[in-house]
Amino acid sequence: MSTCSGKTRCCRPVGVKIGVLALQGDVAEHITAFREALADRPGSTVVPVRHAADLGDLDALAIPGGESTTISRLIGKNGLYEPLAGFEGGIFATCAGMVLVADRVDDPRVRTLGLIPMHVARNAFGRQVDSRETSLNIAGLADPFRAVFIRAPVATEIGSGVEVLARIPEGIVVVRHGRHMAFAFHPELGGDLRLHRTFLEGLGI
Amino acid sequence: MKLEELRFGTELIKRGFASMQKGGVIMDVVNAEQAELAEEAGAVAVMALERVPADIRAAGGVARMADPQKIVEIIDAVSIPVMGKARIGHFVEAQILEALGVDMVDESEVLTPADEQFHIDKTRFSVPFVCGARNLGEALRRIDEGAAMIRTKGEAGTGNVVEAVRHMRAIMGGIRALSGMDNQELVDRARDIEAPAALVIECAQRGRLPVVNFSAGGIATPADAALMMQLGADGVFVGSGIFKSSNPEATARAIVEAVNHYDDPKIVAEVSKGLGEAMKGLDVHMLREDEVLQTRGR
Repeated sequence: MSTCSGKTRCCRPVGVKIGVLALQGDVAEHITAFREALADRPGSTVVPVRHAADLGDLDALAIPGGESTTISRLIGKNGLYEPLAGFEGGIFATCAGMVLVADRVDDPRVRTLGLIPMHVARNAFGRQVDSRETSLNIAGLADPFRAVFIRAPVATEIGSGVEVLARIPEGIVVVRHGRHMAFAFHPELGGDLRLHRTFLEGLGI
Repeated sequence: MKLEELRFGTELIKRGFASMQKGGVIMDVVNAEQAELAEEAGAVAVMALERVPADIRAAGGVARMADPQKIVEIIDAVSIPVMGKARIGHFVEAQILEALGVDMVDESEVLTPADEQFHIDKTRFSVPFVCGARNLGEALRRIDEGAAMIRTKGEAGTGNVVEAVRHMRAIMGGIRALSGMDNQELVDRARDIEAPAALVIECAQRGRLPVVNFSAGGIATPADAALMMQLGADGVFVGSGIFKSSNPEATARAIVEAVNHYDDPKIVAEVSKGLGEAMKGLDVHMLREDEVLQTRGR
């Protein structure tokens, strides 16, 4: 791939554009992680997304960690619900993002986007002192991933077409559905970019 | 690569928790009803208190950790994180808050200090801590003690943003002043501000504090909140400003939106309309020396 001239279709001739939903949460960490994951792709950009117009030319969108009740409310306030629910690129959702992309959640305060058919439970681990780092085996990765769960959700049921890539006793913590991936933990924290690369490869990027 | 199986309360988890609060508003509440209103308005977390700072100021006497009953009532009312305040140096109050299931402990100058020499050794806890700071040296001393989040102190319970501005400018300016310094100069600066050299060097490299930095202490209006965000805050704490205003619900929603759109004056203007009276507020220059909270802890 390093010998690609950039003029053929062997890989994308132009850089890719990734957005990070920038309403609340660890937006900067997502931007930094994707910039690093795309460092070998000249012309790629990673931009914050705050308005529907920012979604137009994106190849993919990250929905960050944060408070799902707050982000859900701001999605509504900013007129982003329909544009996000109809977004056609890939979605990389972490923690609160995993709650938002589901189609069902155990909390009426959150309006989910319905992008991945699954039921999600918020705060499935308890209080912050129960937040944890653990070594996680994820389908498709040769070595375990150091996963940081912070007041994390889990998926409790999945619909058809949803692939479970990792599961722990509390529930399902990594899923793939078409171009979308959702994580109960935070691959954007801790500097291991293997899951970002897996996601980009899944998009053919 | 040998990975440990399961770990709690690591630096990454504590600082990560604080990162998830960024771009948010953390609101002081004194009962379940206020906590629900804050959550409904879009708060990212609530601070569970027995009294808001303006009332602590008015009541006088020794201000202590809230009644655990009160804290549990608030924890049970909301799904967002709940924070609680412990006195500076009072590590047993912090242990109690941790045992109650509080998501973050604020070692706070708003309460009467329990130790005039030492802050809590926050590295000994699984629960993350936020601490107040007035300048870069103070912020880095707190981080060195294990704080996972900093908030500028401002002057709590005044509804007057002037001290919050002073402290945010001091921290942001203190970091900007590091750029261009060589290693020896950074070490020299670390000595001047009584902070660990390694943390000063880290600030210089990152161009920011190594942890999330919120603003606190005097924010009363959406404009105040947007001002602090434009000055570089990662988010804001609003104490008395919401429930001492004439319309707490509208004020809470407006401040959440002002933080979200802090760089869009048209939206800040729109959300500021018709909110009624903001909290009355105090001139900080009229406070007696013993009424000033920000000088507690250094």
